[in-house]
Formats: sequence, C-alpha cells, structure tokens
Amino acid sequence: MTMLQIEDLHTYYGKIHAIKGVSLQVSEGQIVTLIGGNGAGKTTTLNTICGITPAQQGKIIFDGVDISKLPPHEVVMRGIVQSPEGRKIFTRLTVRENLEMGAFTRRDTPRIPVDLEYVFERFPRLKERAKQLGGTLSGGEQQMLAMGRALMARPRLLLLDEPSMGLAPLMVQEIFSVIDYLNKNNHTTILLVEQNASMALAIADQAYVLQSGYITHSGTGAALQQDPTVIAAYLGG
Amino acid sequence: MASAAQNPPSKGLIGGLMERFRNDPVQIVLYLCGGIVFAVMLLAIVSNLLSGQVTLEDIVQSMIFGLAQGSIYALIALGYTLVYGVLLMINFAHGEVFMAGAYIAFFAIYAMEQSGFLAQQPLLALLITIGVGMIASISIAVLLERIAYRPLRNAPRLVPLITAIGASIVIRELFIRLFGARPRTYPEVSLFAFPQFFRLECSVVDGVETCLGIDLIRGAYDITLLGMELRVRPVYFIVFILALILMAMLWFVVQRTKVGRAMRAVAEDKKTAALMGVNVDRVIVITFVLGAALAGAAAVLFALYNQRVMPEMGFTPGIKAFTAAVLGGIGNVPGAMAGGLLLGIIESVAPSMLGLPTQLEGVISFGVLVLILIFRPTGIFGEVLAKKRA
Ligand SMILES: Nc1ncnc2c1ncn2[C@@H]1O[C@H](COP(=O)(O)OP(=O)(O)OP(=O)(O)O)[C@@H](O)[C@H]1O
Ligand SMILES: [Mg+2]
Repeated sequence: MTMLQIEDLHTYYGKIHAIKGVSLQVSEGQIVTLIGGNGAGKTTTLNTICGITPAQQGKIIFDGVDISKLPPHEVVMRGIVQSPEGRKIFTRLTVRENLEMGAFTRRDTPRIPVDLEYVFERFPRLKERAKQLGGTLSGGEQQMLAMGRALMARPRLLLLDEPSMGLAPLMVQEIFSVIDYLNKNNHTTILLVEQNASMALAIADQAYVLQSGYITHSGTGAALQQDPTVIAAYLGG
Repeated sequence: MASAAQNPPSKGLIGGLMERFRNDPVQIVLYLCGGIVFAVMLLAIVSNLLSGQVTLEDIVQSMIFGLAQGSIYALIALGYTLVYGVLLMINFAHGEVFMAGAYIAFFAIYAMEQSGFLAQQPLLALLITIGVGMIASISIAVLLERIAYRPLRNAPRLVPLITAIGASIVIRELFIRLFGARPRTYPEVSLFAFPQFFRLECSVVDGVETCLGIDLIRGAYDITLLGMELRVRPVYFIVFILALILMAMLWFVVQRTKVGRAMRAVAEDKKTAALMGVNVDRVIVITFVLGAALAGAAAVLFALYNQRVMPEMGFTPGIKAFTAAVLGGIGNVPGAMAGGLLLGIIESVAPSMLGLPTQLEGVISFGVLVLILIFRPTGIFGEVLAKKRA
C-alpha cells in the first residue's frame, strides 16, 4: 500500500530551482533509498516533505492527504520524522534530554521509557553519558545519539539524511543494522538518503537516483545495483 | 569548525591575557584603566570605613534595600535573557511590559481599596493585584510578539531591534494618552502577620491582650542586630523571598518540564526542534509569556514599596535590568538572577561606601557594567555561547 506519494515536486531557494519535478513513491513497510551526488537535491527533497522548505508546486500525499502546505510540527504529528543531515543533536541538552526530544509528539507515554531502555541497551555508550551535554560527545557518539533520537520518535515514516556520514566502517555497519531493526521490528517505513550507495542499495526495496533536481533512475535496489550507469556514477565501478 | 572554537586549549589566566593583549593592544589600556578604577574604589571604601564617614549600619541597611531592588532587576532581567536566548533579540520594550503590569494592577488595587475589600482581606487582595499585574504584562507581551516581532522573524537582526525601541515608545505614549502622564499612588496596605512571634500593635480588650504582629508591607522597625542599630522594612524581605520563589519556579519550568526542554531546544536550533515536532511559534510565545509574568509580578512588588506608578516608570528599571542581564551573561538564566541581585546591591551600597551622593547610582551601575565587561566580556556567567553566537 502506498504510504507516501510525491508528484511533480518543485522547490526553490529564492531564484535557485533545486527540485525540478520529482515524483516518487514509498510503500508501507519498505525501505526506500534516495541516492545522488553532492548538491543533487536529496536534503531539499526531505526538507520539502517536512515542510521546512515548502514546495512551490506539486503534491506530497501521505496516507491519502496532501501535506505539502503543512507547517513542520504538523507533519511530525502525522507520523513523519526526519533525522537531519549532520546529526543536529542539541548540544546544550543532555543526552537523555536529546532522546526525550525525539519522543516529543508521542502520546503513548508509558511506552517511552521502554524505548529509552532499548536505546541505552543498543548504544551503551549513550547510557554511560546520559547526563552529559550532547555537545560533549564525539562525532560518532553524536551520530548514535541522532539514531537513538530517531528510534525514540517511533514515526510511521522515518526520513534519514546520511546517517552514516563520517563514521568508521564498524559504526556504519551498526547504523545500517539499526535501520534494518527499525524497519523489521518497529515496522517503521524508511526513506533513506545516503552517500554510501552500495550499502543503501543493498538494504533498499526501492531506490531512486537524483541528479541536479531530477530523478534519473528508479527501480528495486537490486536492479539499480546492476545498472551500468548507476555503477559507473555511484558505485565506483 | 565549531569544535575548535568550543574547546580552546587552556593556557591559564596569564597566558590567556597575554594572548588577548597580543591580539588587541587596546586591551592593555582598558585593563589598566579598569585596574586603576578598581584600586581607587577600594581605597575610597577603606578610607571611608576607617574615618567613620560610613558606618556598618549604613551599609547593612542599604544592602537590605538593595536586595529588594536587585530582586526586581533580576525578575525583569530574566525576561530579557529568555527572549534573547530564544530569538537572539533584545526586547527593548520589556521595560514597558513591566510598567503595564504595575499600572494596570493599580486600577485593581484601587478598586479593591474603594470597596473596602483591601482592608478586609489584604492578603487575598494583594495576590489578586499581583495576578492582575501578571496578566496585564502577559497581554502586552503577547501582542508585542504577534504584531511587532513575529512578522520580522526572518529580517536582519537590526530590524527587530529598532522595532523594539519603537514599540517601547508606542506603548509608553499610549499609556500617557489613555491615562495621563502624572504619577498615581498605590493605596496604603497593611498586612499583619506572625502575632505569635512579634507582640506588636497590641490592644487589650476585656483584659485579654491581642496582637496584630508585624506589618509586612508598611511596617518599619528599629532593631538591634549584632550591636548594629537598624531600621528595617519587612517588605524588602518579602520582595526578596517572593522573587526567589518565582525564580525557582522558572528554573523548574525551564529545566524540568517538557515545555522548558522544548524552549531550550528552540533556543539552540529552531529547524531541528521543528523536525522533532515542536511548534516553534508557540514556544516563542510561551517564552514571552514567562518573561512577562515575572515582569508583571515584579512590577506589583516594586509598586508596593515604591508606591508611585506612571507610564514612564518602565524606562529606568528596564535599562538597569538589561544591564543586569548583560552583567550575568545575556541568554543565561542563572546569570540574569545573579546579575540582577548584584546590580541592586552594588547600586544601593556603593554610593555610601564610596562617599558619593545617591543620585549617582546610575553612573555607578553603568560604571560597574563597563568594568565587568572589560574583564569578562561575556558577563559573569557568560560562556563560549556568547562567543559562538556573536
Ligand atoms: N539554503 C539554501 N539556499 C540556497 N541554495 C541552497 C540552499 N540549500 C541548498 N541549496 C542548493 O540546492 C541544491 C540542492 O541542495 P541539497 O542540500 O538538497 O543537496 P544534497 O543532494 O543534499 O547534497 P549533499 O549530498 O551534498 O548533502 C544545491 O545546488 C544547493 O546549493
Ligand atoms: Mg544533503
């Protein structure tokens, strides 16, 4: 069943036309990935979905309702949460408070501590540093915190913007295993933006390639892994 | 890029100073001037104390008054600091928000005096007056945010600053046109308490002595403490204690509640806070409401011992409280509290200690600001934050 349907989306920064008619689909329960080079418009696409940089034209249909005109907090209320590029944890909130911010709009209060326990179990480093300010964590620990915060949100659709950026290979593995867990156990649908195209394609049900604001390729993750132009451009083949 | 600025290698005090001087030789002159002023002040204080020109009594007495005055500054300063923390903007109309609280509450307490309610139920009447003051200040602040500041949210930083100065003039003039410029006098209130401990205001009826106790608002009592003969007004302590309670409540809201957490998140990063589902506009309004509630309460407390209220009364406390907020490190909540109390005490104690006329209190408070900013440009509690944002 289609959960998110984007049709002919256009987004501008002043005069700069960043997204030039993007259409894509995310079905319930899937992991969909959006890959593309620097400046292709991946972050802009996610921010447009979230209402941060509203679309000039086009539709964003979530659960059958057009959400393209909603302010960001109402988008979250409907079940879409973004874990933004560059971690963006709150440096002056404690690790624990950062995690609690993830659960900001949740109404199932009794289950929040359960998820908190799970995050601490999954990332013991965060538990040790629960009372420390977010800004005192190392880059990798901050990325764990950002992942933990996304876990705490329990959204229906999670938008992840380059969650493995700047991490050591072992941590990259760990991040991808968390993504898989979120998808399989929490039944969270995921739209994943990644520079690490080979890992992203391996985990994805569906994939889209974005280039200068246009979708140039789309198909299953497996199909794009085989596509010669995709291999040449993004898989370093 | 931020990490390098956040963790400068510690070079120790002297090393840091040397580096500062090398980067900016003008600093040497500033430090010298600051040092000389400090030395002269110390000398004056010591000589005044030794020659008996000022007595310890004078100092303690002014200090008690300074505690009350400082509490008022601290409560107002919190409003500046909260709004600055969230919007990086100085709300120069905050002094008028304070004034509106005191002025509108006047009508409430006046009506209660006329109806006799004030005399019958002084405690309840005072609480109502404080409540009216808070609501008045909150209303003005919310309108201010909605009409004057929100449309300029994405404008360059200088624009809302100028708007704030304009708004401050508009509110003041509006009150003058509506209610006149002349001062109004708060009615006299007596609030007696603790008859068990203070056998004062006693009367004997049918051979039974009943006492009212001390008058917390109007009273002034001569006491001897540690050999000092002091004349003490309980109202100063009441103001101080109420201010402490209000500040503790604010601290709790900011540090321990979900709204407070959202406020701190918005202060740091509006976009990411919005991505977590925070309604940023609403949090900003709540910030104005909290600041205004404190200012409104402060305004009524101020009027209780100062008695005169008028549309222009907001200016001086507003500027002083702003000074206090900068003194403590703008954007920093404990800093505003400490800065306010410190400024209130210095301002009331310094003239007598230095042997200067009390009219010079303004010169002294701004002098202190300049001095402290020479040695600590980010304020007493100011941290890297101020540097990072500047
Ligand atoms: N705030 C902005 N103002 C103006 N132009 C912007 C802004 N943000 C992005 N752009 C432009 O929009 C285009 C798309 O940027 P976007 O951040 O979406 O790329 P991206 O695919 O996420 O790149 P990366 O992989 O480097 O993160 C780029 O050309 C960029 O320069
Ligand atoms: Mg990006």
